[in-house]
Amino acid sequence: MKHDIILAGVGGQGILTIAYLLDYAAIARGLRFKQAEVHGMAQRGGAVYSHMRISDQPIHSDLIPEGHADMILSVEPLEVQRYLEYLRPGGAVVSNNEPVKNISDYPDVGQVNQALLALPRAILVDAAGIAQAAKLPKAQNMVMVGAATPFLPFEWREFEPIVNRLFGAKGEHVVQANMAVLEAGWRVGAFAKGLLDAGVTSNLASRFLARVEPVSLEPVMAGQFAAVLTTAKAQAFLDATGERVAGDADLLKALSA
Amino acid sequence: MAERELLLGDEAVALGAIHSGISGAYGYPGTPSTELFEYIEGVAQQEGIHAVWSANEKVAYEEALGMSFAGKRAIISMKHVGLNVAADAFVNSGVTGVNGGLVLCVADDPGMHSSQNEQDSRFYAKFALVPCLEPADQQEAYDMSREAFELSERTKLPVVLRLVTRLAHSRSGVDTGDRRPKNQLNPPADTFNFTLLPTNARVMYDRLTRKQPELEADSNNSRWNPLVDGADRSRGILVNGIAWNYLAEVFGGAVPHPVLRVGQYPAPFGKIRSMLELVDELVVIEEGYPFLEEMIRGVAGVAGKRIRGKLDGTVPRCGEMTPTIVARSLGLAVAQGLAPTLETIPNRPPTLCPGCAHGDAFLVIRQALAAFGDVKMFSDIGCYTLGFYAPFNAIHSCVDMGASISMAAGAAHAGQHPCVAAIGDSTFGHSGMTGLMTAIRENVPFTVVILDNGTVAMTGTQKTMCTGDDLVKIVLGLGLDPEHLKIIEPHRARAAEQAAIISAEIDYRGTSVIIARRPCVQLKRKGA
Repeated sequence: MKHDIILAGVGGQGILTIAYLLDYAAIARGLRFKQAEVHGMAQRGGAVYSHMRISDQPIHSDLIPEGHADMILSVEPLEVQRYLEYLRPGGAVVSNNEPVKNISDYPDVGQVNQALLALPRAILVDAAGIAQAAKLPKAQNMVMVGAATPFLPFEWREFEPIVNRLFGAKGEHVVQANMAVLEAGWRVGAFAKGLLDAGVTSNLASRFLARVEPVSLEPVMAGQFAAVLTTAKAQAFLDATGERVAGDADLLKALSA
Repeated sequence: MAERELLLGDEAVALGAIHSGISGAYGYPGTPSTELFEYIEGVAQQEGIHAVWSANEKVAYEEALGMSFAGKRAIISMKHVGLNVAADAFVNSGVTGVNGGLVLCVADDPGMHSSQNEQDSRFYAKFALVPCLEPADQQEAYDMSREAFELSERTKLPVVLRLVTRLAHSRSGVDTGDRRPKNQLNPPADTFNFTLLPTNARVMYDRLTRKQPELEADSNNSRWNPLVDGADRSRGILVNGIAWNYLAEVFGGAVPHPVLRVGQYPAPFGKIRSMLELVDELVVIEEGYPFLEEMIRGVAGVAGKRIRGKLDGTVPRCGEMTPTIVARSLGLAVAQGLAPTLETIPNRPPTLCPGCAHGDAFLVIRQALAAFGDVKMFSDIGCYTLGFYAPFNAIHSCVDMGASISMAAGAAHAGQHPCVAAIGDSTFGHSGMTGLMTAIRENVPFTVVILDNGTVAMTGTQKTMCTGDDLVKIVLGLGLDPEHLKIIEPHRARAAEQAAIISAEIDYRGTSVIIARRPCVQLKRKGA
């Protein structure tokens, strides 16, 4: 078993916090890991990345060879493009959908997202929306860890002792609030993975996720939703705008009727 | 009892030093070495270790040598270019030798992630004729840190521990060992070796050269220099330090060719000769300069052998090694990743933080200089080097710590006017004040702007030693005419008024200093 992950983002977004959570989850499982970080000048708003390798076998290189990464986990959608040469065919991209436009030549955001969703196994996560809904606007990284978890050898609940180590001093309610955000991220990631595994395109999966309440998603139902997403009713639902609805059995029934 | 710790390469060396019973840690912040000192600093009080940042690497090295003189163990950490600053003390400490164990951990930056060059510190170790250890992973970093102290006290020499960015800043699990007690205070009765008058230095240098065969024998027998034969002798491969990891990676852990790993120097010539007896072609893959390759190849090459590496283009000469580069250099198949799906991917260079005082300072300075035409401003090393990029386009040089002032003075000697230098408070304390003192002596017509943000910002807001009123006293103490010291709090809203102050000082044909004082936003964020 091995998981090679490229963590990507912009300096100051806190990708080292994500790395911290994944490191300690690997340690708790008795797995080996190596994690190469970027410190120094690049941390000032530049492109930053971390190579993270988790395995039950000895890991030789701190750096992932090109074409070997199983996942790119990015907290910024444009940054994904910088590291695609590392992603193996069949590898997944899990990215936050919120752009960091600290450069003058930032491309059109719609183009950035469409380019990302042109990849065969990509998920765009509304981390800001999920974090804000939980009144924890700074917890976007918790959402991203949750969304990445279905692609990793961890259960989302395994992060609780690590989240506790990070936020325990601020009180149990802070820990639980962060875990709730992480779980919401997990629901999105696991549901999206289910759709992708069932053959749904990244683009269609993303359009569906944009219409439903993250916390309402039951990942085990993803396969059933995948079967109805191409119906005329589903098209109309996806094309509609307005409030997100519960992605539950009622919706499934409505879309398949 | 052994414990498993989750450590950066830097931290593994630090913990190895703590467990070796150090009494002092010395250094100046510099990527990728900073976390080594910071790890020790974090436990210094409870461990009874002296750990305070020094003004520069030379000071740090000399303080550590003094602690060694007094019989106790010390570690010094710095980035590779920091060793240029400390080189005088370092090279001479090879001649003096040490009393308490002395280890210099120097972190090289192949690929220049955060540096001005990719110089290879193994040359310095060879230059000073002292041993050098080079770990491949975090565990070796810890183990070698401990061994370096033992080696230092056994050979009575300082020992270099060479890290590179990818190990310094990579985290993994490390098994740790027992703690050794600290040394007692034990200054030497005989101080002949520490007094490098020519009469003494000749004797000590002779002793140092006589130690070399013993050091080379150590290297040939070292467990850090394993020569492992392989079934496929069509080629042999020689790697140093972290390059081993990449080689092991591309062969899935089982290299079919004979491999010599080098982790201890002076170079193990005996082992290299044994390798050359096994194979007709030797590929040398080094993280750093072609240090071993040049030695092996020599002027005339090795009769009947093909030596391949960075010098014949088999391995790229510049930049850092990666598993993919190692695979390509060996002619192995390389996996293909995905192609970008966006036509153009704009670069995202680092930028000054929102609300950064340097941004406003640059705005004010540019406005002051506008009246004088296309003025090139000398600058230095720190966050403010980012003033090179748009929208500031404010600085036009960055060479080494303190160079802004001395280079501006030199350009003024040549008759250039205006000559303006911009330097941070910590860089000024590191190596700027000597240049300013020199210029003040002859009242060189130029203007120095000291960007006083109260911290060493780029490396993570370490404490600076000449800020605020202290900085004013230092500048005046260097002999500056108080009439030509101006203090501003740079702010874009007051740009016109502040630019006028700077313009007036530029018009003055003598040495002037502007202190642009405003705290770093990172410092405020951290509540310091």
